[in-house]
Amino acid sequence: MAAGSAARAARGGPRVIRHLAGKVGGALVSLLFVVALGFLLFRVIPGDPVVAMTRGRPVTDDQLAELRARLGVDKPLTEQFVDYLAAAVRGDFGTSYVYSRPVLELIGERLWPTVLLTGTSTVLAVVIGLWLGIRGAWRRGSRSDRISTGLALAQWAMPTFWLGMLLSLATGDLFPSGGMRYPDTPPDFLSQAVDVAHHMVLPCLTMIAVVYAQYLLVMRSSLLEEMHADYLTTARAKGLRDDLVRRRHAVPNALLPTVTLVFLHLGLVVSGAITVETVFSWPGLGLLTYEALTGPDLPLLQGTFVVLAGAVITMNVFADLLYRVLDPRVRAA
Amino acid sequence: MALVVLLAPVPAHAQQAVTLRVAITQQVDSLNPFLSVFQAGTEVGRLMYDYLTAYDVKDQRPVEGLADRWESSADRLTWTFHVPEGKKWSDGQPVTAKDVAFTYDLMMRDEVAATANGSFTADFESVTATDDRTLVIRTKQPQATMLALDVPIVPAHVWSEVTDIGEYRNDQTPVVGSGPFVLTEYRANEFIRFKANKDYWRGAPKYDELTFTYYKTSDAAVQALGKGEVDLVNRMGPAQFDSLKDKDGITRNQAQGRRFNEIVINSGAATRTGEPIGDGHPALKDVVVRRAIAQSLDLDAIIAKVNGGYAQRGTGPIPPVFADYHFTPESVRPYDPAAANAELDRAGYARGADGIRVSPEGRRMELRLLGHASRAYDEQTAEFVKRSLADLGIVVDVQIVSDNQLNESGTAGTFDLQFSGWGTNPDPDFILSLHTCGQRPNADGKGGTTDTFFCDAEYDALYAQQRAEFDPAKRRELVRRMQQRFYDQVPAVVLGYDNALEAYRSDKFASFPVQPDPGGVIMAQNGVWGYYGATPAASAGESAGSTTGLVLGVVGGAVVVLVGAVWLLGRRRGQRAEDRE
Repeated sequence: MAAGSAARAARGGPRVIRHLAGKVGGALVSLLFVVALGFLLFRVIPGDPVVAMTRGRPVTDDQLAELRARLGVDKPLTEQFVDYLAAAVRGDFGTSYVYSRPVLELIGERLWPTVLLTGTSTVLAVVIGLWLGIRGAWRRGSRSDRISTGLALAQWAMPTFWLGMLLSLATGDLFPSGGMRYPDTPPDFLSQAVDVAHHMVLPCLTMIAVVYAQYLLVMRSSLLEEMHADYLTTARAKGLRDDLVRRRHAVPNALLPTVTLVFLHLGLVVSGAITVETVFSWPGLGLLTYEALTGPDLPLLQGTFVVLAGAVITMNVFADLLYRVLDPRVRAA
Repeated sequence: MALVVLLAPVPAHAQQAVTLRVAITQQVDSLNPFLSVFQAGTEVGRLMYDYLTAYDVKDQRPVEGLADRWESSADRLTWTFHVPEGKKWSDGQPVTAKDVAFTYDLMMRDEVAATANGSFTADFESVTATDDRTLVIRTKQPQATMLALDVPIVPAHVWSEVTDIGEYRNDQTPVVGSGPFVLTEYRANEFIRFKANKDYWRGAPKYDELTFTYYKTSDAAVQALGKGEVDLVNRMGPAQFDSLKDKDGITRNQAQGRRFNEIVINSGAATRTGEPIGDGHPALKDVVVRRAIAQSLDLDAIIAKVNGGYAQRGTGPIPPVFADYHFTPESVRPYDPAAANAELDRAGYARGADGIRVSPEGRRMELRLLGHASRAYDEQTAEFVKRSLADLGIVVDVQIVSDNQLNESGTAGTFDLQFSGWGTNPDPDFILSLHTCGQRPNADGKGGTTDTFFCDAEYDALYAQQRAEFDPAKRRELVRRMQQRFYDQVPAVVLGYDNALEAYRSDKFASFPVQPDPGGVIMAQNGVWGYYGATPAASAGESAGSTTGLVLGVVGGAVVVLVGAVWLLGRRRGQRAEDRE
């Protein structure tokens, strides 16, 4: 037995490593592509950033030229591209035009509010979505199934900003209409945490309302596919209770596509926060991206683009690897 | 955890301290006054640092800032300012003429320090503090803005230590300043907190703290005002402003604004050397056509329908809020499509078989009108323009594009008509300079700030005269004549001046100074009178309403968590029972 598993490991080892290397290598290539695309894409946007920045202010030609030289936009495009690539490889995404601060520093500051918001709402949306999905599939066609599926679809179809504003209006004075904390909250940890939690309720609810439908539908349909499988009939024939058949046999098998979806979705969730963060003035990456776009603040735009795309790529790799762990059939192939 | 949250002491939002909480919808780009160019950043700079002179709250005339007296030499090239004793930095050091000299000097020798306000010192020959109380500035040519230098004066004893102005963030709180408020906390894109400067030379503000909270959308800001989370909001749209009508505890302020909206007419885009650029319709070079277009636009209807009535009818580039320089034409061009049609007929623009006019050179009168996608105003007004010009037999193709695309087409002259607009200053020099020949772009199409490409010898001559004219009455007359010329030549049609729409919690703050008084704004003033002079209502020290919300919110959240926990526990027990089966 011991010898057998060792042999399997020996056979599987290099293959796993090769598989891993392939995935990670592919991800790195994609990332490099994204970095290059980030530069090219945003140069297509018409307009002189310096003129956009100084619009409405008395500036002399000399000042404009100085500003162009300082931002490096007076150089030929190819030279700018090489400079940008070289810096990006070193992890330097330049200095924001608007804030005059390093782009990575700005992104770093905004990362945790976004992770907090999207993390909390994703966890809750997954729990709610899966639970309702399982219920719905098991009692498909029932009144509760029809109501919950219909409701989820309706919420999914609603414009996020509209839903957010509606929630804010409907809840009256209960929750703050924007921001992450009040300026005059005492600085101790507990007061701050309570304040942030209070501010998080509405944006979180909005995100959950829009997102959970996807989990519900995928879980429901994959469970429905399992429903007629022979092993369930066998399980029932053994005399197991319906509840147990569902939880022990059907759900674990149906979970596979959902897990993949969760990970793929996690990558997108950061960018998905743009609307919610804008409606509720939540100081996260989504809002930063929106502001960079309206600038347009080219270095900041490139930086957020790479970070958002990087998140999707990373989560894709994770989803791939996880699938391998979860599904023996993929491992064997 | 739920219990901990439930039992947590609810943070008291307003104890005895009175705070003025202001909503801002524009981010603060930098706390460094040499770098900040956004309006919100400039306003924060004004709160922290005094200027050499200030603008009076009533009529925006130059009054005492850091300097209380000044005189200029007969040739207007040498200015002497007196900085009196008794004004202090917030760390207790005295404010001297050397601080002022240090600030201007820094902008003259360090290009980065000139980023935000460099144009004010661009013409300076030298700046010297002959002693602690006296500042002498020599300029290369007479400069009309010497009493309107919008430059925050920084403390030399702090800023002389700064090695790289571009990197310096100025966020070491409390930030040493001379203004009525001292910055004590800054969270980028969340909020800014100030403490009232109790030692301020004009006297301490009447309340304790001032906070600016950032809201991305004005909808959120208006909601926050309604919920009592903030006390003061501006930059509202007409619909938002109307929604606050007759609300308890809220007072609205419809103020004269500093902005104007216009439609620029491409009357022949060219570079500084006169080389034609772009592809504007040649008929627009004819002043008859431009006048006919202006005459066919019903400005009152646009104001009523698009601005919701919250605007004044346009004439020249200087809004009525600057009464000294605002322009009323000798004979107002009435809205008269019939007369405009007759003029075009007379000038040889005959209608074709399809009713569309054709220019004498044989080109159909089809014009592109470019508008900003970011502004609903452009889109709505464009419909009016389209219909009005259709009555003249002119086809308008409305193109709503991104701000950048609009800028690009504007500079390249690849448009016929285009929406534009500017914010203006008490001194009219900058807004008038925009339409001089020298503001057209250079040979490679860069460096131009004009949007009209207007180049007119008469206008330029008047511009040069007003710039060197120090007699206010004579300068007013020159400025009036420039605007008359602009009005007659119609390089642009000024549509109207937007009102600034503001509202405040009158249950917390009884009154705010407005500038100018009456009819002026509370926020975005030429000065900080609105914030500085705010008077709390008698009941302002009491606890704010949002505490109730917090308690309810926290209790609600805790209940949800508790119910969830109980449910989970229940399920676990049930599961164990099943396992035993």
